[in-house]
Amino acid sequence: MPVVKADLQACQGYANCVVGATDYFDLDDDGIVILLRTEVPESERARVTEAARSCPVSALVVED
Amino acid sequence: MNTTTVIVGSSIGGVRAAQSLRLEGYEGEIILVGEDAELPYDKPPLSKAVLAGKAEESSIRLLTREQAEDARIQLVLGHAATGIDVAGKLLLLEDHEPLRFDNLVIATGASARPSPWGQRPGIHVLRSLDDARKLRADLLKGGQLAVIGAGFIGAEAAATARSLGLEVTVIDPLPIPMSRIFNPEIGHWFGDLHRNNGVTTIFGTGVEAIEGEQGSFTLRLTNGQKVEAATVLVGIGAVPNDAWLGSSGLLVDNGVVLDEYCRAVDAPQVYGVGDVARWRHSKHGEDIRIEHWTNAVEQAACVAYNITHPDSPRAYTPVEYVWSDQHDWKIQVVGRVGGNAEHITIGDPETHGRFAALYTSDGVNLRGAAIVNWPKALLACRRGMATGITVEELRETLQPLLEPRPKVAL
Repeated sequence: MPVVKADLQACQGYANCVVGATDYFDLDDDGIVILLRTEVPESERARVTEAARSCPVSALVVED
Repeated sequence: MNTTTVIVGSSIGGVRAAQSLRLEGYEGEIILVGEDAELPYDKPPLSKAVLAGKAEESSIRLLTREQAEDARIQLVLGHAATGIDVAGKLLLLEDHEPLRFDNLVIATGASARPSPWGQRPGIHVLRSLDDARKLRADLLKGGQLAVIGAGFIGAEAAATARSLGLEVTVIDPLPIPMSRIFNPEIGHWFGDLHRNNGVTTIFGTGVEAIEGEQGSFTLRLTNGQKVEAATVLVGIGAVPNDAWLGSSGLLVDNGVVLDEYCRAVDAPQVYGVGDVARWRHSKHGEDIRIEHWTNAVEQAACVAYNITHPDSPRAYTPVEYVWSDQHDWKIQVVGRVGGNAEHITIGDPETHGRFAALYTSDGVNLRGAAIVNWPKALLACRRGMATGITVEELRETLQPLLEPRPKVAL
């Protein structure tokens, strides 16, 4: 199953991912991304990939 | 049936439209056309990490040749689009044969408004990678930098130049520059931010002329003052790249005019994305054009969906979002702010090192917010804008989170 991965060093807390897929992403008090789930069912790949790609600093990726 | 989608414009909107089409399962041909001969690159870092020399050019690429090949995206770079034959479904290009399309995506972006004070070596604009290279080369020679225009680009470049050790003067005709976007109280804080970081600000004064040559310019201001500068950056906004559509017959009015599904009002197989697109925002009830990175990304995803689902298209109704990094401030703006909207401010830069200004037009509901250095407030505002929230509810959430923070010693 595809998985979503985060680069916590790159994350700048823009929150685009949270807006794109609030059931997968959150931010902690310092504005760093929290992954609520990592496994992405095929049926949700498009939605979660769009949310990951909306990161302005490319901190998120959905991989097979 | 094999169809072809041609995308004109190789910046973020065009690249994301191509990638999102594949994500939506589009099987046809995708041709991505760019006037810039460079491989597609991301623009937000140009005034920050790239100008500062902290980012390799390879790190800002939006699409490599391998990624394009894997996604079956054909690249036609270095050829400007010159027109569209809408009836014949042809895109006309400079020094290249016309491209036939079934769907066309217009994503030609915007250009820096050119300097009205002459264009010669040492007088810069900042929009493209090549602009950033040239400006950086001049900054590295040292000497004073004069920035005309205290908007986001000018302010970010001024901050970067300070970080490189240059003396910087920012000039803007408005007495409180950011009051265009926010309100005078917050506009003053932006002025303080620059001055606290060693930038000289001259506000409420226009530029009459730039005299002299690279290395020894003199800016003559409308109040009689003179400013010496080795290098000048002109950051006075952008204009949509829509002149090439003049002969197409498409309706153009400060951008290509689109319906609520981002289709040209007079040609439903032609779509628009990003800075060049003026579309009907059905929730706002007006035609708007937005020059922000996040809008280009979200609009590209919507257009890709609509091309692949022509029988059930989605109206495009985003909540606006833009950010700017200046000195040690991360500034984030959600929804619609400023204008005549009432606002309350929670926190302040001096005591808390962070603040949020919440705007309302009906006195109750959140209409937009400007947030500095406060991730939790940003998230609360973005979620609240998506689902609907009152300013009072937000105040009750955010106020208790505020604690005075000691100022970091410099």
